[in-house]
Amino acid sequence: MSSSETALLEIKHLVKHFPLTKGILFRKQVGAVQAVDDLSLSVAEGETVGLVGETGCGKSTVARMLVRLLDPTSGEIRFDGDDLASAKGGDLNTLRREIQIVFQDPYSALNPRKTVGAIIADPLVIHGIGKEGDDRKRMVQELMEQVGLSPEHYNRLPHEFSGGQRQRIGIARALALRPKLIVLDEPVSALDVSIQAQVVNLLSDLQKERDLSYLFVAHDLSVVRHVSDRIAVMYLGKIVEVAPAEEIFEKPIHPYTLALYSAVPKPDPSERTEKPIRLEGDLPSPTDPPSGCRFRTRCPWATDICTKAEPPLVDYGGGHLAACHHPRNVSRVDLESAQIAPASPITASDQMPAVE
Amino acid sequence: MSLLEVDNLRVAFDTEDGRVQAVDGISFSVEKGKTLGIVGESGCGKSVASLTMLGLTRSMNSRIEGRVEFEGRDLLSIPETDLEAIRGNEVSMIFQDPLSSLHPFFKIGHQLSEAVLTHRDVSKGEAAKLAVEMLDLVGIPNAEARSHSYPHEFSGGMRQRVMIAMALINDPKLLIADEPTTALDVTTQAQILGLIDDLQEELGMSMILITHDLGVVAQNADEIAVMYAGQIVERSSVEELFFSPQHPYTWGLLGSIPRIDRSSEEPLIPVTGQPPSLIHPPGGCRFHPRCPYVQEACSTEQPSLETTGGGGTHHSACLLSETERKALWASLEKSPDPASAIAAAELKVARR
Amino acid sequence: MLEYILRRVLWGVAMLFLVSGVIFVIFYLLPSADPATLRAGRQASPDQIERIRESLGLDRPVFIQYVDYMKQIFFHFDFGYSYQYETSVSSLIFDRLGPTASLTFGAAILWLLMGIPIGIISAVRARSLLDRSTMVISLALISAPVFWLGLISLYLFADDIGLIPILPGAGSYEPLSAGPIAWAGPLILPWTVLAAASAAVYARYLRSDMIDVMGEDYIRTARAKGLPERKVVMKHGVRSAITPVITLLGLDIGVLLAGNAILTESVFNIPGVGRLVLDAIDKADLPLIQGVTLFGAFFIVIFNLVVDIAYAYLDPRVRYDDL
Ligand SMILES: Nc1ncnc2c1ncn2[C@@H]1O[C@H](COP(=O)(O)OP(=O)(O)OP(=O)(O)O)[C@@H](O)[C@H]1O
Ligand SMILES: Nc1ncnc2c1ncn2[C@@H]1O[C@H](COP(=O)(O)OP(=O)(O)OP(=O)(O)O)[C@@H](O)[C@H]1O
Ligand code: SF4
Ligand SMILES: [Mg+2]
Ligand SMILES: [Mg+2]
Repeated sequence: MSSSETALLEIKHLVKHFPLTKGILFRKQVGAVQAVDDLSLSVAEGETVGLVGETGCGKSTVARMLVRLLDPTSGEIRFDGDDLASAKGGDLNTLRREIQIVFQDPYSALNPRKTVGAIIADPLVIHGIGKEGDDRKRMVQELMEQVGLSPEHYNRLPHEFSGGQRQRIGIARALALRPKLIVLDEPVSALDVSIQAQVVNLLSDLQKERDLSYLFVAHDLSVVRHVSDRIAVMYLGKIVEVAPAEEIFEKPIHPYTLALYSAVPKPDPSERTEKPIRLEGDLPSPTDPPSGCRFRTRCPWATDICTKAEPPLVDYGGGHLAACHHPRNVSRVDLESAQIAPASPITASDQMPAVE
Repeated sequence: MSLLEVDNLRVAFDTEDGRVQAVDGISFSVEKGKTLGIVGESGCGKSVASLTMLGLTRSMNSRIEGRVEFEGRDLLSIPETDLEAIRGNEVSMIFQDPLSSLHPFFKIGHQLSEAVLTHRDVSKGEAAKLAVEMLDLVGIPNAEARSHSYPHEFSGGMRQRVMIAMALINDPKLLIADEPTTALDVTTQAQILGLIDDLQEELGMSMILITHDLGVVAQNADEIAVMYAGQIVERSSVEELFFSPQHPYTWGLLGSIPRIDRSSEEPLIPVTGQPPSLIHPPGGCRFHPRCPYVQEACSTEQPSLETTGGGGTHHSACLLSETERKALWASLEKSPDPASAIAAAELKVARR
Repeated sequence: MLEYILRRVLWGVAMLFLVSGVIFVIFYLLPSADPATLRAGRQASPDQIERIRESLGLDRPVFIQYVDYMKQIFFHFDFGYSYQYETSVSSLIFDRLGPTASLTFGAAILWLLMGIPIGIISAVRARSLLDRSTMVISLALISAPVFWLGLISLYLFADDIGLIPILPGAGSYEPLSAGPIAWAGPLILPWTVLAAASAAVYARYLRSDMIDVMGEDYIRTARAKGLPERKVVMKHGVRSAITPVITLLGLDIGVLLAGNAILTESVFNIPGVGRLVLDAIDKADLPLIQGVTLFGAFFIVIFNLVVDIAYAYLDPRVRYDDL
């Protein structure tokens, strides 16, 4: 979080718990899926922030809260200073225009019975933008052109398009309201590599043209590394590390980031001798996450303290934050100037990592 | 002699829209104890090719030609009962989606021992014991107790371990792994690929590893075949393929993948356009409508897979001459932009 | 599991209360069906009717009447007296249950024996001549009215009026206590007629289910294991495809026991629940109509419950606490 830039989006201590219920006639709450648990993150104007992590770590839940498809359990989402988490009615409507979302599955995210023109025009109609008829059609065709779809295909149905083209339709729809921020939830995961590159390039061109900000959610580290300015790594509902994209995999501090990076098979046979760090076991259940550090059950460096205390999110300078009692790639000098970040979870301990 | 030799395999399906030539004359071989990686984009025929080797695409609407020789026997022409004796026994398969690939209503211990009982003359008790041993070997904790669980009670990674246990329980000579980790997270993928690697060494089997992830083959295969629209366009050792690739499609693939191990400043160079229809594939070279280096002849003449350099083990199906390709790659290696490569190689490109 | 069953039973009971309430309101408030008038006979004076009304407790508020009625059922298993037969409704229904159950279960076995093999074979040989012809025949059977089928079968095979008089015809029902042969003989024609349409429905249902299942990934796995095709179909395929068929069966049996075999019972003159319903409606015998309807609802609720439990048992993926 480079404090000099003003953040467009500020997420503070955001929590989403899905209650679990049980009972014969009357259901009582017996627990909760702690999908997102005290997460803080910001996105500056024109910036792309990548959010990575394994299946079920809560990435999509964050994304859906940002567009208010889900209501947060607690926490703040500030957009341009306004609180999105509690906004209602007209305020919410205005905010909704500013933040748009693109989903992973280009097949199911589009209404199969509507023409492409109608799909892209939808947000314009809902928000009453442009005059009905030719005016809107012209706007839609402009959008189609911008995302690399041929405007003559205005009246076609989604099934007449390929996967990559359908994702372009989704992007055009998200652009229609001229938002400032687009939340991209696994926008290229369902696409083949050659098509994936087309969409990635489209996104970065659009960003330059329109000065957009992106929150780019994905599990493919290579893609995230390519598109992001900063990257946040999630594990079981919490952020374990945030850093500039060039730094996070060069000098990972959190053991999980280290393991993630080493697990990615590099398309280079000369790196074959480096055996990846193999994490033991499975992801624990978010209903009953491990005490202390959530990663400790699979962490090769875990010790007693990891069980007892939740590690605070520590700011190591240069926008590099990590939450681990036994940080990697950190020198004594780095530690001396490090301090607990304001973004650190409320439940985390205030004990700084020790020097090894 | 190679363990498996595939010669000019062709598979077509008759559908309502016309005949789909899913696999169109592919040839390769797999050596004992080695891994052949097959890469290619969705729909290029990887799965159909591998299923056909085990006779799993035999049906009323499929047309299969060519030879698939396994230890001297042609699997395409032997009767179904002989094939059954080979499947799951000498040649095994694992699939992409471990949840849908396991029967939801049978306990996994049962599904494993069934594989034993099908091929070996042992008692049910012995088969069950073997199943537990195998589950233990692939790293399922509490194997004995877990063998009484149903597939849905496992995580994705554990399910794939179960699939591997089932495939390897009869000590096969060849394992065909069709995108075994595509549905899994990276850390789980690393676990599974590591496990397969360990077991392969231990059991000395050969493997065909199908994937669309170039990273996975770079790390795990000895030889690689690149498929495009039902055909193999390039085949070579891993090192050759990554260090001196010879086909424009391979170049395109390499240029379009983002690299986690390099600076992100380099832009991605996507392959333009879409993969072709397999019902009406383009004439000549299948790749010519998307190829930045296309020549006049490419739209009419079909290139065949020919040896190029690399001591006779590197094959490529491209009409560009070896010198032209060398010059192009020399430039692409530095920057993946086709336009500058064309300029550097002083190549004349046919107008499209 | 236990908790799940308990929850379902509680829901079932609640359901029955709701049904009984609705029936009560419909029948007792319907002006054309004033029980007192009906009870009093044709030429009763208004005075007489009023007295009957009082003696039946019909002058009290509906709610009180309903509570009374339910109390009687609950504590004495008393559904009231039929106007027409002058006996208790419950004994009437129990008498009729035997024939209906004989008809229902016999027919169910028959249609399963026909429908399941046909469904499997058609699925495995999908689009073959065999498949196409059985599917055409089954469509014909499904669309043929039971009534018509019944009459045709009597006309062909009944020992009194049939062209080939080999089987006992209408009105020859004997209870099981008369001996298995005496019992089964007269039921052969009704069984066949009742089973015909269902066998066709089941065959088609299983066929389409089975075709879907045979395209599943786990079937491919079973083949890749080297299992012989016969085993792939009969074990892995049928195990999955049969589950929804079994739930269908439960529902069908519930509905038939509830009196839905009314046409078959009429054509073959079998003294079953369906005929009782017909009689009761014909004579506007309200307590009987009410009793029969409640019983019917009871069977349907019970078999729904059985189906859900069976399903949870057959499909290990169903988690009881989700239901
Ligand atoms: N509506 C819901 N009710 C209950 N639990 C939910 C709900 N939505 C999500 N979850 C749970 O919350 C956790 C986080 O889910 P989420 O979809 O955010 O993960 P993700 O990181 O997007 O994963 P993926 O990579 O698979 O998309 C998961 O354990 C999921 O099962
Ligand atoms: N039974 C079938 N009938 C008709 N067409 C088929 C059949 N099976 C496969 N095909 C077609 O054959 C082509 C090759 O399919 P295949 O499954 O081999 O692709 P793939 O390379 O494995 O792709 P993916 O990466 O998506 O798994 C596709 O176009 C597919 O639609
Ligand atoms: S806090 Fe402990 S368990 Fe968690 S990542 Fe650091 S060393 Fe591992
Ligand atoms: Mg998600
Ligand atoms: Mg495939």
